[in-house]
Amino acid sequence: MSKVQRIAILVLILLAIIFPIISQNDYFIHVMTLSFIWMIGVYGLNLLAGYTGYLSLAHAGFFAIGAYSLGLLTVKAEMNFWPALLLSLVITGVIGFFVGLISLRTKEHFFAIYTLCVGYIIYLVIDKWDSLTEGVRGLIGIPAPANIGPLSFETLQSHYYLVLFFLLLVVLIMYRIVHSLSGRTYIAIRNSEDLAQTIGISTMKNKLTVFVISTVIAGLSGALYASFVRFIGPDIGSIAIVFDFLTYLLVGGIGTLSGPIVGTILIVVLSQRLQFLQDYRMLVFGPVLTLLIIFYPRGIVGAVVSWTQKRKASVHQPIIRAKKLPEEQVKEG
Amino acid sequence: MLSLKNISVKYGSFAAVHGLNIEVKEGEIVVLLGSNGAGKSTTFRAISGLNKPAEGEILFEGKSLNKVSADKIVQLGIGQCPEGRKLFPAMSVQENLRMGAFVHRRKKDEIKKSLQHVYQLFPILHDKKDDAAGSLSGGQQQMLAIGRALMSKPKLMLLDEPSVGLAPLIVEQMFEVIQQINREGTTILLAEQNANAALKIADKGYVFESGSIVLQGTSQELFANDEVRKAYIGA
Repeated sequence: MSKVQRIAILVLILLAIIFPIISQNDYFIHVMTLSFIWMIGVYGLNLLAGYTGYLSLAHAGFFAIGAYSLGLLTVKAEMNFWPALLLSLVITGVIGFFVGLISLRTKEHFFAIYTLCVGYIIYLVIDKWDSLTEGVRGLIGIPAPANIGPLSFETLQSHYYLVLFFLLLVVLIMYRIVHSLSGRTYIAIRNSEDLAQTIGISTMKNKLTVFVISTVIAGLSGALYASFVRFIGPDIGSIAIVFDFLTYLLVGGIGTLSGPIVGTILIVVLSQRLQFLQDYRMLVFGPVLTLLIIFYPRGIVGAVVSWTQKRKASVHQPIIRAKKLPEEQVKEG
Repeated sequence: MLSLKNISVKYGSFAAVHGLNIEVKEGEIVVLLGSNGAGKSTTFRAISGLNKPAEGEILFEGKSLNKVSADKIVQLGIGQCPEGRKLFPAMSVQENLRMGAFVHRRKKDEIKKSLQHVYQLFPILHDKKDDAAGSLSGGQQQMLAIGRALMSKPKLMLLDEPSVGLAPLIVEQMFEVIQQINREGTTILLAEQNANAALKIADKGYVFESGSIVLQGTSQELFANDEVRKAYIGA
């Protein structure tokens, strides 16, 4: 990490911390908190789709599993929030494990279609299993996170900080994973599974690990959503949500560390600004997204990264050229 | 060390290779000659476990590889340098090499030693160790691919067409290095179209034509064979 990056990250974190103090506007804080929750979910999707190359469309389903696990455990089983949160992550992970075990036998678009179906099945189960999930009526009265000693999370501001804490934790975990041998292993799998295998990587084991991690993070995002909004309906597991995730990820930059933050903030703010257009907003988003994917397949962050790399390269170019010339002559000769 | 007994590999119903019998003894350099599509790469994919043979048996140090997965085969000591210099283009040279030592990932000291060894063989890789692998020239990429295969400390190394698309001078260097790797104790199985260069360093060879072996013998025998000369050496 360069010095500039360090400073930028510190400034961003500081901004996020003082935001509720300067803003005072509850609505903005509410929107920001929701964005942070989405970001966590998008990070889950990014690890799998961006770094390992497996586009899962079941992640709204895992988001919903996390949300409903927390909701049911706190409302119906009347558990304390914190053990319920932990348990809902475990539940999401276990279901993720079994779904991964089967779905990871497929690849590429087959994987995407398969997981799309899995996501829809999860949605249907939540929607139709009235006796457990209350079906279309949804779950009402999910409690706010329980106090930790003197810390209470009843106010909007305190909830904001709680979600921010989890977001920073997730970003830190992502950073550690991506910059470790595991991260390079996942990138190797994205690159070419055959090649990964010929250097001794067990692709199934690694893919399954990523799948479970990424579903647990989606579950965390869902659980936080449930306790923040206090009400959940089957809609949160619908296909539309996973495509929202995917849009945030693609706009920000798939397979980049800051992409989920950039994409989510941008789209959330834009759709708030363009609310007067109602659903015609999509007429703006659709073409912009298409153009972005054609010209900047790695999103805004990807575009910035390659732009700075090019600039660096052009600064150093004279030296590289001088070194390379003799060899190029040999090649041509 | 490695023996293929009556191996056939199929893609769907199409048999890409059939009835192969190949013997590689410890310390040898063995070359598979043949034009494009003759089945050399398929044979390699079978040995490295990426495509399981439909018939026959592959034995490595007396153990059958038929039911062993590709990543376990690397652990047993077969390293592969795939065709077309497949690298991880966005990773740096050094990261690529480290990935090659994946099976030894817990042994940090050994990885350091292997790195040093590769840098000795290919000093240019040391100069470029922080550059992205994708930015290297063709020859350097090939060196990196070989270097990465070496990092797993294979007993047997499979080299798929290391000379393809390289300038003659670089090809010569490449074969010198391959010979040196062999002298240091790695058995080598080489697929080549460049029969001239390959037979010079090899102990024996097999000639492939449309999926089966049509000729085999020591390098001298093959070198003297008229058909081989006509088809692959052009003299």
